[in-house]
Amino acid sequence: MLTFVARRLLATIPVLAIVAIFVFLMLRLTPGDPAAVIAGDYANSQQIAEIRAKLGLDEPLVTQFFIWAGRGLQGDFGESFFFKRTVAELILQRVEPTLALAVCTIILAVLIAVPLGVIAAHRHGGWIDRIVMGFSVLGFSVPVFVVGYLLIYVFAIQLSWVPVQGYRSPADGLGDFFQRIILPSCTLAVIYIALIARITRASVIEVLGEDYIRTARAKGLTERTVLMRHALRNAAVPIVTVIGIGIALLIGGVVVTESVYNIPGLGRLTVDAVLARDYPVIQAVILMFSFVYVLINLAIDLAYSFFDPRIRY
Amino acid sequence: MKLSRILAGAIAGTALGAAVLFTPTTGAQAQNTLRVVMHSDLKILDPIWTTAYIVRNHGYMIYDTLFSMDEKLDVKPQMVDKYEVSGDKLTYTFTLRDGLKFHDGNPVTTDDVIASLRRWGAKDSMGQKLLSFVKDFEKVDAKTFKLVLKEPYGLVLQSLGKPSSNVPFIMPKRVAETDPNTQISDFIGSGPFVFAKDEWRPGNKTVYTKFADYKPRSEPSSGLAGGKVVKVDRVEWLSMPDHQTAVNALIAGEIDFIEAPPHDLVPVLKAEKSIELVTWNPLGNQYTMRLNHLHKPFDNPKVRQAVTVVLNQEDFLKAVVGDPDYYKVCKAMFICGTPLESTAGMDGLLESKFDVARKMLQEAGYDGTPIVLMHSTDLQVLTNLAPVAKSLMERAGFKVDMQSMDWQTLVARRAKKDPPTAGGWHAFLTSWVSADILNPVMAGFMNSACDKAMFGWPCDEQMEKIRDDFSRESDPAKQKALAEAAQKRAMEVVTHIHLGQWYLAGAARKGVVAGIPTAPAPVFWNVSKTGK
Repeated sequence: MLTFVARRLLATIPVLAIVAIFVFLMLRLTPGDPAAVIAGDYANSQQIAEIRAKLGLDEPLVTQFFIWAGRGLQGDFGESFFFKRTVAELILQRVEPTLALAVCTIILAVLIAVPLGVIAAHRHGGWIDRIVMGFSVLGFSVPVFVVGYLLIYVFAIQLSWVPVQGYRSPADGLGDFFQRIILPSCTLAVIYIALIARITRASVIEVLGEDYIRTARAKGLTERTVLMRHALRNAAVPIVTVIGIGIALLIGGVVVTESVYNIPGLGRLTVDAVLARDYPVIQAVILMFSFVYVLINLAIDLAYSFFDPRIRY
Repeated sequence: MKLSRILAGAIAGTALGAAVLFTPTTGAQAQNTLRVVMHSDLKILDPIWTTAYIVRNHGYMIYDTLFSMDEKLDVKPQMVDKYEVSGDKLTYTFTLRDGLKFHDGNPVTTDDVIASLRRWGAKDSMGQKLLSFVKDFEKVDAKTFKLVLKEPYGLVLQSLGKPSSNVPFIMPKRVAETDPNTQISDFIGSGPFVFAKDEWRPGNKTVYTKFADYKPRSEPSSGLAGGKVVKVDRVEWLSMPDHQTAVNALIAGEIDFIEAPPHDLVPVLKAEKSIELVTWNPLGNQYTMRLNHLHKPFDNPKVRQAVTVVLNQEDFLKAVVGDPDYYKVCKAMFICGTPLESTAGMDGLLESKFDVARKMLQEAGYDGTPIVLMHSTDLQVLTNLAPVAKSLMERAGFKVDMQSMDWQTLVARRAKKDPPTAGGWHAFLTSWVSADILNPVMAGFMNSACDKAMFGWPCDEQMEKIRDDFSRESDPAKQKALAEAAQKRAMEVVTHIHLGQWYLAGAARKGVVAGIPTAPAPVFWNVSKTGK
């Protein structure tokens, strides 16, 4: 197992190297010039050229890449072109809100979606199943921002139960934290509830047709025990896969939710950096996301052996 | 039994959670903290390094200026107590007010002022012009200095009281000695607010606290001039990229003021009884089309003139702003309602005379070369401009290749002199803050110094002579005559085409926020907050 983990972690090195080269080139080949953004809308060509030189953007691409990669290998991803702050400092400031939103969303989604999926499978073809599947289609179809604005209108503006926007760290008080994270989490969870419930349902339906389920029922076990101990556990591998993919997708999916609820997280940092062509920030954030994707995939693989003892690494 | 305990626990937990969660939230705001949403996030902190308006606004919070422009557009002393101009108009002697202090407690001296003016003069176009006339800055003592000119220059006070980017803000000497092309890293000013660096969260919020030692002038506040009296303890600029979220937050009382809600949300705000719309910048803004003089067919003045004939202002203003309360058709290049307002040289122009334009194109020998029109798609106040221009130009016989892109791509591309077929461009549309274009020297698009001009690179000796004469002139009547000459020449050369004035309404909580100054930049002195 340890050899497997070590091998997988080592495999991240070429992945990250390829991502680094790709991102670096993609950014440089995309139209736009951070110096022009910095100089402002009404700066002249000379002012822009002076700033380009100051940022080292007038160096050949290869030189720029090796300077950046060399520093990156030492853990220094440089300073944002705009903020007088290091990229690491900026990312650290933004990790917590995004992590909090992602964790709350996935907990909410799993807690709601898995039981819904199991119930729908158990009542396959019945009205509960149809309602769950109907919700699932709706969850996929309605854009995140529509759900967000709807929830804000009802719960923040009409009922004044929670604030419209903003984020508070759990360190500043759990009450404030939950007040502000509940609506964004519900908003973002809708699509994942739809996804996970659907996969859970399909997976459990498939397992319920297996011989060992018939045997369990023949032994006189209660339907609840059959479902929870035998069916769900054996259906877990695809569910875990989809939850893992969901977590990975969440990292990208938080962008809209962070904008609608004004949460200063990584999603907004990325969008702001892209719009302003803040190369050091974009490069570091994408590298970090890639690393997280690799780790999530590793975690999923390890989780398989927990749910299915036949799988061993 | 077990189940009932679980149920009881669940109910108690839910009740507790609900008590924590669903408490009305508006009461949580501190009474003396003014929370505002500005037009963009503050990323850069050096108002000399960039011309971005958000950084200019930040400058007004923490720095002070020698002179300021009042509501009537007159330049008034601000940090300066008194000044004298010698009989030959070559020496200006300035004396600073008593009690001026930086946020670190050090007094403001003439050393700081001179260093700040030199750094500003190295970057700003009006500053560069001023410094080209300056022979020397002479320090008399800690509070008095002389500005000695090589020859008379008519815009000394207008330059020092320049209201918009780049504003000649006064910084401590050690900061002002930073290379003008390097961003400063020390944010000590002598303005009415202190920048709370430790609380600055880029992309989230910027915090300013009241500077207790600031000594406001005794005159009442007027525009950017007069007494800057701070009436709140803190001002927080919150970054909210989603306009709808900002409007929702204002309605819910979580914020107090939005600097620039988009026009499509104005009806929502108008209908809300708890909100008041405030036109804090009555000079507004001006839409402008810029043509690239370097490449065919716009290297031909006759073709450029055909564009001035084919366009009309109202179509643009209706398409973008919509509500006539927030726009004005105005053929004066130097803004309606200002001393240099004039319609000289505008007869028959901007009236969409398609037949006349078609004939002009035939006479000019326009061969159907497609016009590469850059279309900015991500800034709402600009998005609809290019499609209107395309439609009007095509009706006169132009072939238009409208290319859509985000604003930052456009900004980078417009700096390129390459032919339009090789990544260059022919035309784009933008907007100026009116306070930046009040005369021929301030108006950046009038600069016709060929390579040294702004993107578009118009090249016209006559225009440069008029601008030079204007800068030397201090008699208002002669200045007006020169401004009219500049406007006429601008329409002959077609340095740019002005497409009407438009205004943004700020939105404030009614009965809570009061005293928002009427000025070319949003400032927060004299603003009070009563209630929660």
